[in-house]
Amino acid sequence: MWEIGLAHYLTVAAILFTLGLMGIFLNRKNVIVILMSIELMLLAVNINLVSFSTFLNDLVGQIFAIFVLTVAAAEAAIGLAILVVYYRNRASIAVDDINAMKG
Amino acid sequence: MVVQALAFYLFAAVTVACGVMVITARNPVHAVLFLILAFFNAAGLFVLQGAEFLAMILVIVYVGAVAVLFLFVVMMLDVNFAELRAGFAKYLPIGAVISLILLVELVLLGAGWAFNSETAVIASSPTPPAADVHNTEALGMLLYTKYVYLFQGAGMILLVAMVGAIVLTHRVRAGVKRQRIGDQVARSSKDEVKVVKVQTGSGI
Repeated sequence: MWEIGLAHYLTVAAILFTLGLMGIFLNRKNVIVILMSIELMLLAVNINLVSFSTFLNDLVGQIFAIFVLTVAAAEAAIGLAILVVYYRNRASIAVDDINAMKG
Repeated sequence: MVVQALAFYLFAAVTVACGVMVITARNPVHAVLFLILAFFNAAGLFVLQGAEFLAMILVIVYVGAVAVLFLFVVMMLDVNFAELRAGFAKYLPIGAVISLILLVELVLLGAGWAFNSETAVIASSPTPPAADVHNTEALGMLLYTKYVYLFQGAGMILLVAMVGAIVLTHRVRAGVKRQRIGDQVARSSKDEVKVVKVQTGSGI
C-alpha cells in the first residue's frame, strides 16, 4: 500500500486512457469534448512512458514523451483551427453535421 | 516513503476525478478548467517519478498553450452546448461496457507486470545518477546528441502545424482599410507639398 510501484502508475494511466475513450463515446456530438478526450488519452500515454522510463532506468522513455507532447500540441492547434473554419462555414460544430464529403 | 505514497494517491485521485469531470461536465468551459487541473496533477505525478523537466513542460505547453487554446475556442464559438449533449444517456451503457472491458484488460496487464532480470542491461540510454546530473541536463545531453534529427523533425512538425493553423483560419475581408506602407514610402514631397505665398492680413 505505501510502496508505490510501477503497477500503481500504470493503473492511473489505464484509468485515464479509459476515461478518454469513454468521453468519446459519451460526447458523440461535441467535437471540442472529443478533442479534450484525445488529450486525456495522450496524457495517459505520457504517464505510461514516464513510468517505464523511471522504473527501467532508461531515459529514452522521457525523450519519447517529449515527442508525444509535441505532436499532441500540433494536433490540438490544427484540430481547433479546422473546428473554427468549420464553424465559420456551417455555424455548427455537431459531428452529425460534418457530412460535406459524403463519407 | 509514506509521504511519497500519500502524494501519489492525492495526485492520482485528483487526476482521475478531473478526468471524470472533463467528460461529464455540462459546461465545456468547466470541462476545460478540469482538464487544466488534471494536467497540473499529472505534472505532480511526473515530479514524483523524477521527471521534473517533463512536468514543467507539461505545465507550460498544456496549461499555458493547449488548454488556453481550448478555452479560447470554446468561448469564441457561439454554440448551444446543451443541444450537443443529446445522445449522452443513449451512449452511456455501450460506452461504459466497452470502457470497463478495456480498463480491466489494461489493469490486468499493468498489475501483472514484472521485469526480466536482464532488462536493466539492455537499457539503450541509462539514466545517470541524480546526484551527478539533474533530469533536465541528462535529457538535454541525450536529446541534442543521439536524437537531434528527431528533435529537428519535431520542430518541423510544430512549424507545419503553425503555418497550417494560420492558413486555415486566416481570411481576407473585403472593405477593410489597411495601411499600405509601399504607397506611403513611394510618395515624394514634390507631388504632395505645395509652397503658397500668403498675403499678410488675408487667408488662403
